[in-house]
Amino acid sequence: MTGAQEQKIRQTLDDANLQLAIYTATGRLMSHRKAAVAEDVLPDFQELRTQANLLKRHAIENLDHYLEQFESQVVAHGGKVIYARDGAEASEFLIDLAKKKGARLMVKSKSMTTEEIDLNERLERQGIEPVETDLGEYIMQLAHERPYHIVAPALHLTRYDVADLFTRKLGVERETEIEKQTKIARAVLRQKFLAADIGISGANFLVADSGAVVIVTNEGNGRMATTLPRIHVAIAGIEKVIPRAQDLAVFLKILARSANGQHITVYTSFLAGPRREGEIDGPEEFYVVLLDNGRTRLLADREKRQSLYCIRCGACLNHCPVYRKVGGHSYPGVYGGPIGAIITPQYLGVTHDPWLPFASSLCGACAEVCPVKIEIPKLLLALRSEVVQAKLRDTQSRIERLSFRVWAWAMRRPRIYEMLGFMGSALLGGEGWIRRLPKLLSHGPLGAWLSQRDLPRLPARSFRQLWRARRKAGEN
Amino acid sequence: MPRASIFVTCIVDQLYPKVGMAMVDVLERIGWQVDFPERQTCCGQPAFNTGYRDEARTVARHFLDVFRDAEYIVVPSGSCTSMIAHHYAELFQNEPEWLALTHRLEPRIWEFSKFLLEVARVEDVGARLERVATFHDSCHGLRELGIKEGPRRLLARVQGLSLREMDAAEECCGFGGTFSVKFPEISGGMARTKIDSIQRTGADLVVGIDVSCLLQIQGALSRAGLPVGTMHLAEVLACR
Repeated sequence: MTGAQEQKIRQTLDDANLQLAIYTATGRLMSHRKAAVAEDVLPDFQELRTQANLLKRHAIENLDHYLEQFESQVVAHGGKVIYARDGAEASEFLIDLAKKKGARLMVKSKSMTTEEIDLNERLERQGIEPVETDLGEYIMQLAHERPYHIVAPALHLTRYDVADLFTRKLGVERETEIEKQTKIARAVLRQKFLAADIGISGANFLVADSGAVVIVTNEGNGRMATTLPRIHVAIAGIEKVIPRAQDLAVFLKILARSANGQHITVYTSFLAGPRREGEIDGPEEFYVVLLDNGRTRLLADREKRQSLYCIRCGACLNHCPVYRKVGGHSYPGVYGGPIGAIITPQYLGVTHDPWLPFASSLCGACAEVCPVKIEIPKLLLALRSEVVQAKLRDTQSRIERLSFRVWAWAMRRPRIYEMLGFMGSALLGGEGWIRRLPKLLSHGPLGAWLSQRDLPRLPARSFRQLWRARRKAGEN
Repeated sequence: MPRASIFVTCIVDQLYPKVGMAMVDVLERIGWQVDFPERQTCCGQPAFNTGYRDEARTVARHFLDVFRDAEYIVVPSGSCTSMIAHHYAELFQNEPEWLALTHRLEPRIWEFSKFLLEVARVEDVGARLERVATFHDSCHGLRELGIKEGPRRLLARVQGLSLREMDAAEECCGFGGTFSVKFPEISGGMARTKIDSIQRTGADLVVGIDVSCLLQIQGALSRAGLPVGTMHLAEVLACR
């Protein structure tokens, strides 16, 4: 872990207000979800999860087929599909397009995929102004921060924080009422919608049989961004494709419920191709950029490819006790929480942030709520094993490797195991608690334990000794 | 007399021998003969969860060898039970002989509370304890073995014991094996969230089915100077 990452985690843990903000916001999302998937409200929720899992599995196992089908449908509707190997290729396409069309301003609907490829920075470097139009994303753009949460980008900010930010950045009077803050943002964003040449969106689903890009939103900005400007470009990971429009009957039922307990989002938009003759709205040009950016590497792994099933509901973040402590900015990459801990190492390689898959107590709350049933703890374990197999050369990793080798050797030799127990008991035995140790002993795991918690002293006699004594007493 | 072998787990053997003895007491009280295979050590979970699969396999083979002929294996831990019943198969997917032995033993592994309710079929073991307690659901027991109501049913039959639910009963205590020492601040923070929830119940005792969680909770309670105790379910049921 880098010093900066360690510092970020410590800062978050030490900030009582931030802790409360995260805990309250995620707690609210948890209870809303719980109510929305309750037995009496949605009796077939577990079956829907199974169906969603099977549909995603089928789509991912036949990804080539469905991508081609999707592409031919988009083309049939008069749109174009661009395959981008990575963020550079995807943004190059957009930059070229902007140059060709003389576009300087782009409005964006909320999209984690564009966050993943740093699209805004890349556009800004070319003199193009990207404007986030989802309220949370807009706040984060003003704050120059990346989203704190997949679904709720500004989850960590209170309305007072937002009031200060708006005053500082927009020169408006300090306004702490959320409704009035929304009006301030709306006044700014309306002008941007009207002036923008290109609208950018992500995609929640790409429907193969109809060539539709489906986006689900609550604020209406998604519709404005995709229909007002002359050109609409959707940027989506290749894993977003699903076979049939009717499959949405499953996914739309579980996506919003899992995210924040809404039964369905306010808007569900089906965007398929440019404006046709006789239609009164919609863009003149329609493009879909299909992004790889490491996804085919995931696809190559039979076990871990299920990470591609994710529909980005954010439920695993809300239910993760680690995310709820360290927050969204402590993770490397843009995806935080359990899903981030399994996809980031696969995108970047397991040795990039080798600590990441270990930053979990493996409690399994994530897998319990995942609407597409990704086995997150199992994948974390697989990634941990890959990190170990990479044989990192730092001192700590070497010591750990040696320790586990010795440990395994001892654990299949009961007498040595027992002797180690004696030694431990001689060293740390007695009654009561260990609160701190002499410096020499306070390094390593023991010191780490005692930095947070007390340790009971080891009992004078182990279970096996008590057992033998009892049996002996029984015989006499 | 029916006969049960016990796997007390390394942490009970070394840190909480009283829990093992309590489990023996309860089993004998309800008419089971208890056998403790003395060559037993650990199930291998610490290595498996830290990514050391070769080392985990070495230790797992030892476990399988020690218990190969046991008819019932009773374990005072949800986590270790789940390791054996759910993760050994993954460890041995390329070793047919060990995999076959794993599959043979899987249905014979019983977490202690599940064993009482589903094999021995007793709910009331004749225990008595005058305390106000709250029950902590340990993650692997809850989510991998589906243990939720069982321990509560057993505790409801303990005379004098009153049980209060905490709002975050299902929330992880933050132990997580090597996680607790690799990320001590995060782990400690999770423990403090847990003890806040415990305190809100007003209970003076936390009961659980895994001593690893109790070690974490107890350590955090002691550090915070709070007068709340911890007991394994077996210890509660052994009281009379």
